[in-house]
Amino acid sequence: MSQESEKLLDVPVLGIESVVVHAQRLKDRGLRLVAMTAVDHDEASVDVFYHFGQDLKLEHSRLTVAKGSAVPSISGVFFAALLVENEIQDQFGLTFEGLVLDYHRTLLLDADLTEIPFRSDIKIPPSRST
Amino acid sequence: MARTVVPFGPQHPVFPEPIQLKLVVEDEIVKEAIPTIGFVHRGLEKLAEIRDFHQMVQVVERTCGICSMIHAMCYCQGLEEMMGIEVPDRARYLRTVWSELHRIHSHLLWLGLHADAFGFESLFMQLWKIREKILDINEATAGNRIIVSVNVVGGVRADLSTDQQRWVLKEVAEVSRMVRALEHPLLEDITVKHRTVGVGVLTREQAHLLGAVGPVARASGLPLDMRLLKYAGFRELEFEPVVETAGDAWARSKVRFREVLQSAHLVRLAIEKLPAGDLSTPFKGQPTGEIVTRIEQPRGECLYYIKGSGKKNLDRVRIRTPTFANVPPMLAMLPGTELANVPVIVLSIDPCISCTER
Repeated sequence: MSQESEKLLDVPVLGIESVVVHAQRLKDRGLRLVAMTAVDHDEASVDVFYHFGQDLKLEHSRLTVAKGSAVPSISGVFFAALLVENEIQDQFGLTFEGLVLDYHRTLLLDADLTEIPFRSDIKIPPSRST
Repeated sequence: MARTVVPFGPQHPVFPEPIQLKLVVEDEIVKEAIPTIGFVHRGLEKLAEIRDFHQMVQVVERTCGICSMIHAMCYCQGLEEMMGIEVPDRARYLRTVWSELHRIHSHLLWLGLHADAFGFESLFMQLWKIREKILDINEATAGNRIIVSVNVVGGVRADLSTDQQRWVLKEVAEVSRMVRALEHPLLEDITVKHRTVGVGVLTREQAHLLGAVGPVARASGLPLDMRLLKYAGFRELEFEPVVETAGDAWARSKVRFREVLQSAHLVRLAIEKLPAGDLSTPFKGQPTGEIVTRIEQPRGECLYYIKGSGKKNLDRVRIRTPTFANVPPMLAMLPGTELANVPVIVLSIDPCISCTER
């Protein structure tokens, strides 16, 4: 049976204060950080998924925070979080506190760009949506 | 000599795509490397808001030219799982054939660039000459040489006739023979070994902790290969991941060299076992739910997160590409090395910047 796809049902929810502790616990168990995903939860909040892995198995956690909030960085635990946390800062306007290298929203974007591309209130202009 | 910062890239003869490394050096020894990306960011994920989920197949294919087919395959298999679509067996095997052909031409492209990076231009020409055979197969079977665009949600849109199967088997056998003939100059030549053995070492522990994937992880002894998740034809096709243990640039090229031969073998197996049947499964409805799906690209594990809420446009498509995962391990390979080794080390992760930035 193939197992390449996993529906994200009943993903454990993290509290903002437990993010780093949770990451450290998983690192101690021998897991690696596979990816992080940010996605609009509703008009006011954003979900941040943490995807950890061991061998071929994945373990997911979800953190729901208000748009524009500060989130503790796990890059001190998993250096691999460096790029993805900076990318989420660029795309969703969250701030990761304690990033080992903070690009201040210029990892992918120009320094003079103030819009937050992945916020649901930022739409691609109709002239380009044909 | 005092510490100096040397900007390496974004335009550099060894880089196929733009990335910059700010190298902190002392007496030509690298002490630290800080990456700068963002030169080719296109905002492809944002396009999910205005392209429907069928059109997004063509968008994700353009994440990366070299592994375009495998991006589309990963995206489609995520949606198929989400919508409960059973892909016909023939389509699963055809996907396997084209994805392994992609792995072969991607690795041959990289092996050629690698040879060019350390100045072995005739080897570079030989490897790219072999690669042309795979591109000819793509063109003859799918209509395009690189972006073959064979995937649709529910299956594939192209087939292999019996004549084409025979021809592909013959050509792939010829590719294997030609690649084997280059084993000595590529892996045993004294100059090549001088430039690659012991260069850019990544230990097994570092590879795991830093999240290395694909040939970078396997060259450091981690048997991490997403094909073991048994997607597409790998549900039935048996294979063992190619693993080396030295963790240096030489081991990374050896893994890719061996994987070219392994992929040729898998193409042969998939064609020999190609079941009869339909190419795709018709379906109705719109995707609903959240899913994570993974696949093994030539550069390693690729992860897609897809969220739909019953509309023709998806709420979110998130792509974590293998180079994105291999940048932190690359930063660990550089400190302590000579400046002259930096091009070889950076290239040894097979960086794909358009993938990384999307």
